[in-house]
Amino acid sequence: MLGFAVRRIAGTVPILLILVTLSFFVIRLAPGGPFDEERGLTPQVRANLDHLYGLDRPLGVQYLHYLEGLAHGDLGLSYKLRDESVAGLIAQGFPISITVGFAALVLATLCGVPLGICAALRRRTAVDYAVTALATLAIALPPFVTGPLLALVFGLALRWLPVAGWQQGELVYLILPAVTLALPVCAAIARMMRGSLLETLSASFVRTARARGLGATRVLLRHALRPALLPVVSYLGPAATYVFTGSLVVETVFALPGTGRYLVQGALDRDYTLVMGMIILYGALTLLLNLAADLAYGWLDPQVRHD
Amino acid sequence: MIEAQALGVSAVGAPSGVRRLRENRVAVGAAVVLAGLALLAAFGPWLSPYTYDALDWRHLAVAPGFTASHWLGTDPLGRDLYVRTLYGLRLSLLIGVLATALSVGIGVAWGALAGYVGGRTDSWMMRAVDVLYALPYLFVVIILATVFGRDSVAMLLIAIGAVGWLTMARVVRGQTLSLKRREFIEAARATGLGTTAILLRHIVPNLAGTVAVYATLTIPELITYESFLSFLGLGVQEPLASLGSLINEGARQMLTAPWMLLVPAAFLVALLLCFNLLGDGLRDALDPAAY
Repeated sequence: MLGFAVRRIAGTVPILLILVTLSFFVIRLAPGGPFDEERGLTPQVRANLDHLYGLDRPLGVQYLHYLEGLAHGDLGLSYKLRDESVAGLIAQGFPISITVGFAALVLATLCGVPLGICAALRRRTAVDYAVTALATLAIALPPFVTGPLLALVFGLALRWLPVAGWQQGELVYLILPAVTLALPVCAAIARMMRGSLLETLSASFVRTARARGLGATRVLLRHALRPALLPVVSYLGPAATYVFTGSLVVETVFALPGTGRYLVQGALDRDYTLVMGMIILYGALTLLLNLAADLAYGWLDPQVRHD
Repeated sequence: MIEAQALGVSAVGAPSGVRRLRENRVAVGAAVVLAGLALLAAFGPWLSPYTYDALDWRHLAVAPGFTASHWLGTDPLGRDLYVRTLYGLRLSLLIGVLATALSVGIGVAWGALAGYVGGRTDSWMMRAVDVLYALPYLFVVIILATVFGRDSVAMLLIAIGAVGWLTMARVVRGQTLSLKRREFIEAARATGLGTTAILLRHIVPNLAGTVAVYATLTIPELITYESFLSFLGLGVQEPLASLGSLINEGARQMLTAPWMLLVPAAFLVALLLCFNLLGDGLRDALDPAAY
């Protein structure tokens, strides 16, 4: 198990390096630079600016310089947002992004698993059909559509919740973003839970347990539930990736001061360091979550370890 | 049988596959709605006296109804929402289908080659897929679109198509691996056919059923990406409209003109839902074992 873990962890470092290298050069290849839209720059001032940020040096040198900073944990200064370091911007915004993502993930699991169980136990009844149909609908709905719709209904029409915005420590501002983000994940979990529980319930060990005279509840809780949960557990890795990168969507829809907006804004402004910071942050997060999912799977299913 | 060939199903499974699809009322219904939406996107704008960028100063932000033939209302600039939404639908469909074609092309070529050649080539090609899989997908599309695709629909299309092929490559490789061991491939090799010819004439045609299923499921995914990019203002630019950019405008005007959000949202939801239902139906019909 330890060897498996070490191998997987060692495997992520080169991937992150490839990601950094590729995105560094792709962004630089794009036409335009960070100071193109500043008005009233004399050529002299412009040259000074480029010199200050090292933009006048060859690309290879800039790349090595960036890597050197990165090795020291230095993500550099933002070109556009004055007096802000990329690390500082992340420190301000990331807790909010993580809060929204985590709330959505917990919500999706807490709703999805029971819904899936109900649908499987009441197979071919109205409950089952309702859950299946709603899940199909929710999977097809992207968050940038559900977000505004939910805001319209619960924010503007019913006035139960704030339409957008964020205030530290106020949970009401978290509800709509988290629900929006959780909906498709919840639907996927419910579908998966239903499918795997149905499969488990038809397995021979469950029939044996029933034959021994155990009640339905006991069969479910003691025997069927654990193996049926395995696919759901392994789905949590990709789900977490979806939720944390998807927080970008709800941050835009609900105007939350998270880190998601910096990616788009930075890419449009050609704010190289800011975009790189975001890519590294979310790239590392994605790799970390994939890694955690792999390790959990290796722990649950020993066959995977000897690959 | 003709339909079976059109669907590209292998000869053995074809009749039962098509029959199973026909019996799936949900999938058939979804296909009908999709055909209707496609017709509406193609010809619908002609039914209205307005063009997508015409400003009607006397009817600003009119609610849906029969006022001056603005059936689905207008936006605050007086542009007709019926025409704009159908233009958006047309663009979303077009980009979704073309980007899917692009990613299906890359995915099939990549997967079939890796699976058929095997050995070290295979392991390197699939490792590359693994690495790309590990990247935050959404971010890659956003970066590609901002960097290359801001003003051109073609670049937007390439940016979206470039990220959609990974699942296809994996699935196709798996299928190729099992096809490779079949007798007819061995026979083809025995007759002295080259690798390219075997891939094009024997492997790829036999992948068609699987490819049809995943392509149908890829279209809504890529439409979602396109709409999302346009929603962020990175995709299709004004005065052109995409469903995503219309939803964005609608979300801004939610308080005064809720129909501006509801109309494009309804079209996008119908589109995505129908593609998903059709894809699920195709998968059940052509590949019942996967379920």
